[in-house]
Amino acid sequence: MKMKYLKIAASALAIIGMNACKPSADKTSSGSFLAGDAAEKVYVKPGTHDEFYNIVSGGFNGQLSVVGLPSGRMLKIIPVFSQFAESGWGYSEETKPMLNTSHGFVPWDDSHHVALSTTKSEHDGRWAFINGNNTPRIARVSLSTFRTEEIIEIPNSGGNHSSPFITANTEYAVAGTRFSVPPDNNADVPISSFKQNFKGYISFVSIDKVTGRMGIKFQLKTPGVSFDLARAGKGKSADWFFFSTYNTEQANTLLEVNASQKDKDFILAVNWKKAEEYLAKGKGKKEAAKYAHNVYSEETHSATSTILNEVMTLDPKECPDMLYFMPCPKSPHGCDVDPTGQFIVGSGKLAAVIPVFSFDKMLKAIANKTYDGNFDGIPVLKYDAVLHGEVKKPGLGPLHTEFDGQGNAITSFFVSSELVKWNIAKLEVIDRVPTFYSVGHLSIPGGPTAKPYGKYVVAYNKITKDRYLPTGPELAQSAQLYDISGEKMKLLLDFPTVGEPHYAESIPASLIEKNTKKIFKLEENKHPYVAKGEKETKVVRKGNEVHVYMTAIRSHFSPDNIEGIKLGDVVYFHLTNLEQDWDVPHGFAVRGALNAEILVMPGETSTLKWIPTKVGVTPMYCTDFCSALHQEMQGYIRVSPAGSKVPLSWGTGKNPVADAEKKVAKR
Amino acid sequence: MLTLLPFFLWSCGGAEQRADKPKTDDSVLEKQEEVHGQEVKELALSTPLDQAMVKEGLAIYELKCSACHKLTDEKLVGPGWTGVTKRRKPTWIVNMITNVDMMLAEDAEAQKMLEECLVRMPNQNITATEARSLIEFMRQNDGEK
Repeated sequence: MKMKYLKIAASALAIIGMNACKPSADKTSSGSFLAGDAAEKVYVKPGTHDEFYNIVSGGFNGQLSVVGLPSGRMLKIIPVFSQFAESGWGYSEETKPMLNTSHGFVPWDDSHHVALSTTKSEHDGRWAFINGNNTPRIARVSLSTFRTEEIIEIPNSGGNHSSPFITANTEYAVAGTRFSVPPDNNADVPISSFKQNFKGYISFVSIDKVTGRMGIKFQLKTPGVSFDLARAGKGKSADWFFFSTYNTEQANTLLEVNASQKDKDFILAVNWKKAEEYLAKGKGKKEAAKYAHNVYSEETHSATSTILNEVMTLDPKECPDMLYFMPCPKSPHGCDVDPTGQFIVGSGKLAAVIPVFSFDKMLKAIANKTYDGNFDGIPVLKYDAVLHGEVKKPGLGPLHTEFDGQGNAITSFFVSSELVKWNIAKLEVIDRVPTFYSVGHLSIPGGPTAKPYGKYVVAYNKITKDRYLPTGPELAQSAQLYDISGEKMKLLLDFPTVGEPHYAESIPASLIEKNTKKIFKLEENKHPYVAKGEKETKVVRKGNEVHVYMTAIRSHFSPDNIEGIKLGDVVYFHLTNLEQDWDVPHGFAVRGALNAEILVMPGETSTLKWIPTKVGVTPMYCTDFCSALHQEMQGYIRVSPAGSKVPLSWGTGKNPVADAEKKVAKR
Repeated sequence: MLTLLPFFLWSCGGAEQRADKPKTDDSVLEKQEEVHGQEVKELALSTPLDQAMVKEGLAIYELKCSACHKLTDEKLVGPGWTGVTKRRKPTWIVNMITNVDMMLAEDAEAQKMLEECLVRMPNQNITATEARSLIEFMRQNDGEK
């Protein structure tokens, strides 16, 4: 009897092997690598919490998602680069400055890579960083309020893809330009002059240890290539940063063909400590560049946007021993550093091997000047001199690599649609498991840190097809959770995500949950238009601007009757939520408002701008079900024609018009 | 398919769960005090009224209470405050302010108020010391000197 099972097991393994090479759309085939106890492993009992926060980029939705693992339940969308009508992000007067850029108000971006703050290359649970790819920006999100606190624009950049990866102690986030561009202040040049005029700027954005405040410390003016992805070193390599490059052909048209000519592109190794030394020695040069720096204050509940006009640059030609190129097969995409900081894994997306570079060998090759010529003046190290070894025939189209903390790496393969686990020291493939379908990024909890937690890997797939109930031409995005605690990777769960997830990180819930902000204290509210209690509510006219100092509490607004508004007025409702208990937001909406609602958290003040378009009585109401009397949380605003004599009056629980008329009569 | 079941069990049984929780470095975390849920069992009153507490109580009233409670006997969202210090023990009032979840779960009088008002008395993040000042202000509102 036992033999029979073994035979079946063997044939089942054979099926797995076949499937791995040629993933099938047949859903029944997924049974062979599905964990038998999958349901138990992902079941999070009602009322209990997930083990990990999964912070997921939203790609073309420009936002961040917060997902619980292992359940795959989506907990929140954090608006970052895109307007979000649901909360009023980018619509309220307070948050509009967050989306300001040197081009003006840009209400959308393409957010790709998450970087969670680290201390000594281990998660510290303070901030999440995310890049804006299209109009180059980096955002910092608080993991206490789960709100975007700061956005800095990156000048001299086109396509901020190689970003915002961070150094070991979150000293810097980087921004390597994917599209080399001529310098912003001298940009009217022929496109065909790429080789002469285009530069691949890499920005080092410093991060304040305490406040997290960002600033561009310096930009490296490197040769005009495409920077794709990056990782900082760790431990012994912590002073270095590694960037993958493509289009070292320096093509400016039909890159699909023209940027795939060379057998090898490069991984650029940057000694950023050296760069700091050169900066201290005065080698930096300030150049004109226009960029926005937007900061949100939790005290005033408001953002300010500052336009800066110059940036510090370092020219590699004047800074020897700072940059080195390591040849890397065929248009590398991922460039990932293992937990020890010793190995750098390049994933040549068009290559048939995974090259693994050795940091020790790199230092030796630099010391011995084992060069293979130079590229635009930057030394190119000999491939064999820096190579730890190659993983042979790992799969097709390697993209990204994460680490399990047990000496193994897991690499995603887009073309052959699978995850492959391999041993870093031995360079041997251990296991492979299919993904449905065409995996892009992957994420292991703590995977990019010096101390991975292991346990799971999530595949973020580029194609969904038949995995869920169909929803027309546009489908949910497909993420897949695998158990990696045993030798074999086992599929546990499919879960849909919003936008298009690119990179994501997972962090133990214990590092975040106890620090979550529950309310904003009313006493600490320094908003210029706060009403601290109903006594301070009022309506003030300044020419055609009308400022309503308004409060909300379960379940009424004060004031809730306003008269004396005239066509041509611009009305600002400054709504303070007087609640001081967790999970009691109030929403606010006005009929015909040309923007959105605002959702105001306890103790917060938020402002909705309203330009009345019609004469008449306009209702307004609370949009967030707040109590049994929520339906009663409403009010009226009377709009009279321009030039009307209706006096400005307001109130709650009284008849403001009658009172105002009495006042007028007395005069 | 059924015959494959033992294979599944065999192939997944070896999966080890690593359960070590990371050590957290609290020094980097932002501290946040939370005021909630300590039952106050005893509260001593003194005469004459402490005027500093009365003044603090008024300020808290205007910021956090006045939206729902009038100083007269008129009910707004919650009951007006006239006579409250005669109707209720000081500890009852303080617990309604600082420990409302417990009161609404256990106290019959509090539950009766909820049936009347239909809005849960909110936790307004008021400390025990601040609640004491509110009592002093309420006593003044009730004519005590």
